[in-house]
Amino acid sequence: MPKVGWLRVPLVITYAFLYLPIAVLVVMSFNASKTPFIWTGFSTKWYGELLNNELIREGFVNTMIVAVGATILATVLGTLLAIGVARYFRSAIVEAYSLAPAIIPDLALAIGLLALFGMLGVTLSLFSVLLSHVVFGMAFVAAVVIARLGQTDSSLEEASRDLGAGATTTFVRITLPSLAPAIIAGALLVFTLSLDEFVIAFFTDGPSTPTLPIVIYSMVRFGVTPEINALAALLLLVSFTIVLSAQRITRLTDSV
Amino acid sequence: MTALLTIDHVSKAYGSIQALDDVTIDIRSNEFFALLGPSGCGKTTLLRCIAGFEEPDAGSITIDSTAGVATDLLALPPNKRPVNLMFQSYALFPHMNVQRNVAYGLEREGLPRSEVAARVGEVLETVGLTDKAKARPAQLSGGQRQRVALARAIVKRPRLLLLDEPLSALDRKVRAEMQLELKRLQHEVGITFVVVTHDQEEAMSMADTIAVMHNGRVQQVADPVTLYSRPANVFVADFIGDGTLIPGSAAGGTFTALGRTLPCANPASVTGAAVIMLRPEFLSITAVTDPEVVLEGHVMETHFFGGSSTTVVRVGGLDAPVVISSPGAPRHGVGDHVGMTWAAADAVLIADPGRDPGSS
Ligand SMILES: Nc1ncnc2c1ncn2[C@@H]1O[C@H](COP(=O)(O)OP(=O)(O)O)[C@@H](O)[C@H]1O
Ligand SMILES: [Mg+2]
Repeated sequence: MPKVGWLRVPLVITYAFLYLPIAVLVVMSFNASKTPFIWTGFSTKWYGELLNNELIREGFVNTMIVAVGATILATVLGTLLAIGVARYFRSAIVEAYSLAPAIIPDLALAIGLLALFGMLGVTLSLFSVLLSHVVFGMAFVAAVVIARLGQTDSSLEEASRDLGAGATTTFVRITLPSLAPAIIAGALLVFTLSLDEFVIAFFTDGPSTPTLPIVIYSMVRFGVTPEINALAALLLLVSFTIVLSAQRITRLTDSV
Repeated sequence: MTALLTIDHVSKAYGSIQALDDVTIDIRSNEFFALLGPSGCGKTTLLRCIAGFEEPDAGSITIDSTAGVATDLLALPPNKRPVNLMFQSYALFPHMNVQRNVAYGLEREGLPRSEVAARVGEVLETVGLTDKAKARPAQLSGGQRQRVALARAIVKRPRLLLLDEPLSALDRKVRAEMQLELKRLQHEVGITFVVVTHDQEEAMSMADTIAVMHNGRVQQVADPVTLYSRPANVFVADFIGDGTLIPGSAAGGTFTALGRTLPCANPASVTGAAVIMLRPEFLSITAVTDPEVVLEGHVMETHFFGGSSTTVVRVGGLDAPVVISSPGAPRHGVGDHVGMTWAAADAVLIADPGRDPGSS
């Protein structure tokens, strides 16, 4: 490829635009000064204070309950949905609608869920947040697994039958393992999405059990503290790690 | 000997495509049987009907059980049929190593672990893959994968092993080796093989019996020599081996083409539109002045193969050139005007009812 220097300019600018806020966040989380934007020296004390903050600790526990629960449920249901759609109910319309909750606006989903919970008389709590996260999480898992099913050779299942395995054995020993990478990638995706999901949680959560994003939101209303910067930096680290491992897992399997 | 597998008037359509059209074939025990035909003629569909992955629209498929009683295969699900299918894609389980792939079928039979291990070890030795037992399919070459797929099927000791184009994924050199290998294995394990192929040389070199298929119909079932020397119809004559077909018409014990009478075997056996089939090795070239000459033409090209040569001659009035093979170097140059002769007994007369006799 010929070297055309000026073609890189847009790349540099857009890339900087992408990562500037994140850089500011991370740098400020190590700032010794309490006043933002004035650098007075390197310190990790805000990370320490984070642990002593009761509100944040509670919010973290609530978020973990939702994220872990929603990931487990969404992964099981989303996988079943994908197999059902791709193998037993070949219809482009059904497939499209099964993936829709992943792309419809959060706000619409949040309001719809709130209305539904009201109609059913469900008390808003962590459990209602968890169920709400399962709704969009399932769609994400299904999307990843359907893509994988499209690539896998359906003669593997026939070969298993041919070698004497019944339908259940074939599902457990052949279908599931060949989908495993997609299922794991889908699960990690749901976990990261649930971890910092705000809009839907805000609408469907009970007042006494705020999740971490809601806690942060209520703290930020009185100004961004370095503590919050530290917290956001940690969340960033978790998300990055998970996204990278999900990518690795999908890549590993593509080489088979 | 009675048939092991009886395929009786089996038909199968996919929408408007008649993939199998009234197929009747008997396959004997311990034979190496080939299903031969061009791509799309229904070979895979027939194997899938036998293995249980497609259901015929009509007809029956039965297998002779050990007690000498016929068992209705179509009533059994694929995992209960005493046949195994080796898939064209091999369908090796990517998440299992070679050993686990091969053991999979035996484990499903609930055999004790020690027996599974012993039989897997034995079959891996038979196919020469003992040192690859722990490898994943992705780490193997095409030929090795093919042998794993074969091992996985024969370790089950099925009554009948179905192989869908087992060699088509291999390159030419490996393919020639594997043809011999398959034949040897079939002898060794004593399992009846049904091999699908679109390659007529492959079928001829391996099989005891060949069924030639075209458009979902069986054209002829015979041993390789019979197929070559006495094809049942024009399709088989054209598909099997090299040769020249001369269209003409037969009437009153003579075959006429290109405005003259051409010698052939049993000329009275056919009346109406017909062709004669001339194999290259039964033709000889002589001078045009030779009183024996039946056809004459001009040499288009010659090929020398060391021990033998072929001469391609264009004959006025014939669409396809005539190919003659002879021992030694070619004795004629391009452009030479030559005559051809053959013994009447070597020209096979075949009825060609689909063609209007006036059109030749
Ligand atoms: N599942 C299917 N749906 C529709 N048509 C099919 C299907 N399987 C095979 N066919 C058609 O049936 C015919 C025979 O196919 P096949 O048995 O695969 O041929 P071969 O193995 O001899 O190449 C072809 O015309 C093919 O397109
Ligand atoms: Mg085929």
